[in-house]
Amino acid sequence: MTGMPGAGVPVPSRGARWAILGVVGGAFAVPLVAMLEFTLRRGLEGGYDVSRWVAVLTGSLGPEYRVLGTAIGNSLVLAAATIVIVLVLLVPTMIVVHLRLPRLRRVLEFVCLLPISIPAIVLVVGLAPVYGVIARAAGSGVWSLAFAYGILVLPFAYRAVQSNLDAIDVATLTEAARSLGASWPVVIGRVLLPNLRPGLLAGAFISVAVVLGEFTIASLLNRQNLQTALVIVQKDDPFIAVIVALLALLLALALLLVIGRLGRIRPGRTS
Amino acid sequence: MTATPAAPARISATVSLRGVVKRFPGLTALDGVSLDLAPGEFVALLGPSGCGKTTALRVLAGLEAADEGSILIDGDDVIGTPTNKRDIGMVFQSYSLFPHLTTIENVEFGLRMRRVPAADRRSRAAEALELVGLDHHAGRYAHQLSGGQQQRVALARALVTRPRVLLLDEPLSALDAKVRVQLRDEIRRIQTELGITTLFVTHDQEEALAVADRVAVMRDGRIEQIGSPEELYARPASAFVADFVGLSNRMPGCVVDDVVLIAGQPLPLLDPDSASGDVHALVRPEDVELVDAHEAGAHAGRVLTTSFLGAFRRTRILLDGGAEIIVQHAAGAACHPGDRVHVRLTGRPVAVAPR
Repeated sequence: MTGMPGAGVPVPSRGARWAILGVVGGAFAVPLVAMLEFTLRRGLEGGYDVSRWVAVLTGSLGPEYRVLGTAIGNSLVLAAATIVIVLVLLVPTMIVVHLRLPRLRRVLEFVCLLPISIPAIVLVVGLAPVYGVIARAAGSGVWSLAFAYGILVLPFAYRAVQSNLDAIDVATLTEAARSLGASWPVVIGRVLLPNLRPGLLAGAFISVAVVLGEFTIASLLNRQNLQTALVIVQKDDPFIAVIVALLALLLALALLLVIGRLGRIRPGRTS
Repeated sequence: MTATPAAPARISATVSLRGVVKRFPGLTALDGVSLDLAPGEFVALLGPSGCGKTTALRVLAGLEAADEGSILIDGDDVIGTPTNKRDIGMVFQSYSLFPHLTTIENVEFGLRMRRVPAADRRSRAAEALELVGLDHHAGRYAHQLSGGQQQRVALARALVTRPRVLLLDEPLSALDAKVRVQLRDEIRRIQTELGITTLFVTHDQEEALAVADRVAVMRDGRIEQIGSPEELYARPASAFVADFVGLSNRMPGCVVDDVVLIAGQPLPLLDPDSASGDVHALVRPEDVELVDAHEAGAHAGRVLTTSFLGAFRRTRILLDGGAEIIVQHAAGAACHPGDRVHVRLTGRPVAVAPR
């Protein structure tokens, strides 16, 4: 470890940084490379080829894999519905608490972070009777899982939006807009939301990543999503299941890269 | 509240606050504040932190609700009118430009709210930016402007809608000293040019005295005194005002027959009815002079500190009797800490406050 001249906090040397990156990157890369290697195997005859990847990417899999298409569609619908729930319920609530009820901020934070400390299996036990009622009232469509997923993604969405709220002077921007003649909907739509865009997008993309990777709740509530379908497919063809899992991971990685990029973009300038 | 391009400038409104009370839990921020602003007048609300000056401005803007009293703008009671319908322009202490909009888009915002057609909107915004000398920065974002430039844009944004009243909430306090003075003078120039009724909140007495037609000094939610800068300085109504507006030496004295006796020296009173008996005389540093030891009425003392302030020097002296006194004198008069000196009151009228 070496100290940087003039800086108060010591930073790792270039060598130490690469070593840390190598160890951490290796821990992540080894299982991913193993998965990739597995999908390229020819089976008992030995050797490697890309025929399964070609089949998946060109959509020429047999009818027994249609469940995957349905499940991917379900997961995308769930991701979209979850984002809508988060944006419609959580964001306005956070703005109101930030502006008008700052004393409730700790309470809201506690409630929003609570799901991260509750195992999914425990959530399901609590949600099962609720879903019994939902199924009777509104049917048992896969979309209804979005309510549970809305709870599941609360901690991530809350953190993303709150850090953005803390970074801008919401009260002054609001008062300035009001003094200029803006109504409350205009204040939220034209002043606050554009300035909360990085936080909202980050919250939305993290929600997508969480929803695409969710298995426990869907499985125990007998709904089909990407993860439950992968388990079914895995029983017939583990190679295809691993390929789809890798593709889902790539999508999540791409989303995280987009979030990182958005966090650095400012109007009129990138830093 | 939709203004058309042809609408005349609605400036020079009268503003009246009548017995306004505002309470927060455990605190009465405004305790019956009454204040009248004449059309086109520039009034400064001056006072220490927590005296209620910003609350008064926010109540006038509609950002806080008054618990009692009435607020009239051009004779209309606006107590129940929301902020966005009060037709005010406001500049805030902290930078309040919308970060996602360019300078000209910020200035256009209020016009957009009033549904002014795009072409007129753009030309009026450009004019407003020209007024504050920033027309060449129209395409920049807030983070590309200095603090002073941001406040100028905020001023242009507040003025472009031709509001009835301009409210300035310590708009200079985040700026460095030189920019402060420049922008302060610029605000006054623009206000005079437009003739817009303006309420300016500040805790800086120099700022208030420099720009305002009248200054209202606030203390504990009340207006302690309101008057022209000259009146406040020369005839403070209380010890608090004298202390707050300019520097004062607080010296024990006794009022006898319309004069106050300070260390045996009789001085005329600014206001003969202000107090009687034992009082604190409030003597300005410029009403004390350095003299030779043999001069009549001279008091001996030792220099504690001395500060060079350009045209003059301010020196703190410990008198032999134990009291401290501040003297403002010519910068050329040599003075060093520890020097033995003699001082005398000039004999100009002084304000007094009950002891």
